[in-house]
Amino acid sequence: MATTENERRATSIERRRLPSMPAFVADYLGMALALAVLLVIFGLAAGNFFTLTNFRTIANQVSDTTIVAVGMTFVLIIAGIDLSVGSVMALAGAVLGTCMVRFGLPLPIAIAACLAAGIVCGLANGLVVTRWRLPPFIVTLGMLEIARGAAHLVTDSQTKYIGSAVGVIAGRGLLIPFIVAVIIVILGQLVLSRTVFGRYIVAVGTNEEAVRLSGIDPRPIKLGVFVLCGFLTAIAAVISTARMEAADPNAGAGLELRAIAAVVIGGTSLMGGRGSVVSSFFGVLIIAVLEAGLSQMGVGEPTKRVITGCVIIAAVILDQYRHRIRKTPKP
Amino acid sequence: MEAGSTETILTARGISKSFPGVQALSGVDFDLRAGEVHALVGENGAGKSTLACIIAGVAKQDTGQMELGGQPYSPASRADAEARGVRMVMQELHLIANLTVAENIFIEKLPNRFGIVDYGKLNGAAIQIMEQVGLADIDPATAVSSLGIGQQQMVEIAAGLSRQCRILALDEPTASLTDKEIELLFYQIKRLKADRVGIIYISHRIEEVMHIADRVTVLRDGRLISARPTHRLTSNGIINMMVGRDLEQVQLRHAGEVGPVALSVQGLNLGDKVRDVSFEVHRGEILGVAGLMGSGRTETMRAIFGADRADSGSVYLSGDTQAAQITSPRDAVRSGIAFLTEDRKGQGLLLPMAIRKNISLMRLDDVSRFGWMDESRERSVADRQAEALSIRCSSTEQSAAELSGGNQQKVVIAKWLYRDCDVLIFDEPTKGIDVGAKFEIYNQLGKLAEKGKAIIFVSSDLKELMAVCDRIMVMSAGTVAGIFDRDRWSRQKIMAAALSGSVADSV
Repeated sequence: MATTENERRATSIERRRLPSMPAFVADYLGMALALAVLLVIFGLAAGNFFTLTNFRTIANQVSDTTIVAVGMTFVLIIAGIDLSVGSVMALAGAVLGTCMVRFGLPLPIAIAACLAAGIVCGLANGLVVTRWRLPPFIVTLGMLEIARGAAHLVTDSQTKYIGSAVGVIAGRGLLIPFIVAVIIVILGQLVLSRTVFGRYIVAVGTNEEAVRLSGIDPRPIKLGVFVLCGFLTAIAAVISTARMEAADPNAGAGLELRAIAAVVIGGTSLMGGRGSVVSSFFGVLIIAVLEAGLSQMGVGEPTKRVITGCVIIAAVILDQYRHRIRKTPKP
Repeated sequence: MEAGSTETILTARGISKSFPGVQALSGVDFDLRAGEVHALVGENGAGKSTLACIIAGVAKQDTGQMELGGQPYSPASRADAEARGVRMVMQELHLIANLTVAENIFIEKLPNRFGIVDYGKLNGAAIQIMEQVGLADIDPATAVSSLGIGQQQMVEIAAGLSRQCRILALDEPTASLTDKEIELLFYQIKRLKADRVGIIYISHRIEEVMHIADRVTVLRDGRLISARPTHRLTSNGIINMMVGRDLEQVQLRHAGEVGPVALSVQGLNLGDKVRDVSFEVHRGEILGVAGLMGSGRTETMRAIFGADRADSGSVYLSGDTQAAQITSPRDAVRSGIAFLTEDRKGQGLLLPMAIRKNISLMRLDDVSRFGWMDESRERSVADRQAEALSIRCSSTEQSAAELSGGNQQKVVIAKWLYRDCDVLIFDEPTKGIDVGAKFEIYNQLGKLAEKGKAIIFVSSDLKELMAVCDRIMVMSAGTVAGIFDRDRWSRQKIMAAALSGSVADSV
């Protein structure tokens, strides 16, 4: 009796350890398939879809959304939300532009100031959420207004043209922003699934009270996540500013919703406790390919938005079914 | 009082009801006469509330028949029972905090004209009813949330009284009332009796029952023990019937060497739930904590653990002269205090996560290097802990949600054992788990005590406390009503102590 118990345990441990690669692939297979299907459809439907320029355009466009989506994934996993990312990106970009144009500071210092601006916004969000136990929705909605206003104040509501001094980061057609985004996705996934911090994040999102009663203070963990989101948003600001060679106080409008949509398509739960950075990346790619493909097929902007909206909702419904199926063998 | 009240309005025969894992009622007979107060008494879980709920249509019996006024009676829902004149005022408040007192009282039938509430009429009618229960000095237009808990209880009762009924069931109506409010309630009960309403009165407070009831039905473990007129009963007689005299005392554990004091609590206060609680627990000792529902046991433990902030009082650890500074669970765990909550699903476990991750949560520093998880070490730690506690699972990768209650409890224990605290507080660790798992948990408690840990074991099951504990502390109405040594206790003494605080309150 005892031996069979042990044997069963032993075999199940083996089964778990050996095929770690297929399990890893299986998690993303659905998303990759959806992306592949989209590519095939648009490849057939739009004649000039499979061109280098087209992919380069998509890759460059998704970089900043991807980086913000990584931060948003962490925030959603702790059952939070950050509505301020679009405005914070504009503010961080504005700081970068003003440092260079108005004060003539060198690029590294301007970038440091830009990142600091993002971190400060994240810190403010996190401190208010943890100190006064306010819902992140409200706090970051406030920050959305504050940061947007601040971006206009910093730039006097004017777009700061920086020129090639900052453009070097983006490079000409070199895809550097995309590479940076991919590296951040990989690092983000490693932090989430391989570090103590990542484990705490999932635990807090799963059951904050249980974590607190286990003698672990959830507040620094939540604070850390908001700071991380602000920091990543500022990196996105550097990249988008470099690509435009200008700091626009109106940049990033609607970015928060695009990022949340991508993360949700990737299967991260708004209720917290569950999510994957790599899946969020697939979510960003799916939306971007969908939009690019539709516009190449000559679909107008309004129709595009209707279709994108339907895809977001359909993706979440599908994800729910997937989880229900996985949960059914429960007694 | 009894004269003339011979017409039976409700009879129930052979009522049985089971919940998953518990036989709440088995073959209970009950009847109620017009104009009679019929009290239901028994220990926690004896089945009093369940019986009242079945009568009021809130729950449905598995077997058994009821008759109301000579007609077959089988209410499909609470509303159905109310339509037949059977009402129940539940133990927990069912008021809507943001609505006014008047709106709550008449929530089911707000006077209105074409959907627009007639507030003049509403508040007028509410004032009349509120006067009856002594709430005359409260404006019916105040929000319920601004009232004290006792006043809210009276509003709940007022809402029950506001509707014409033949049978009114009151479940622990006096639990949070002041003496004056109780007096008013009794006055109302007498008035209802004169109107020939049959009243089912559930209470822990024996003195109150002796005072107001015409008949007393005693339930124990879901069985009918006795149904007799009050004048043929004594308080002690009722307590004896509640606890049962025929119980052989099981002893699962031989008391070992008890070491020095591990934790000493002095004058702990928290609102009216914890009042001047002081006690000590020694290394190698299992201290049981008994008491009725709402006696402040969980609140006391939460305050010691820092889960709730105590108003005053101090906690001393292992003979320290300096009080420990515990303001959060984090402080408590760092001082070596573990608290295994009653609500293991809601507060103890990360349900959807793997057993492995639940076990390692509190010691991630031990299974990581420079912030990176060492998963193979984590697995071996989790496997070892699961083995030691014989957690039945396919592997430690299985999610905690998929386990049975007993195995979930073992995961919680495994997690805390891995953290290695000196004082372990178990709050109802055997609640809702099967008998086999219960005995495994008793064994664990014994082993921990042998290792020199100090154990505090909160339970509503007196039998298990008497089987495994060295001493039993009894709490009543937020205070320590007595601490009994193994050779000096009896079920009767413990039960009498558990009831003492509430008796003192109502006298």
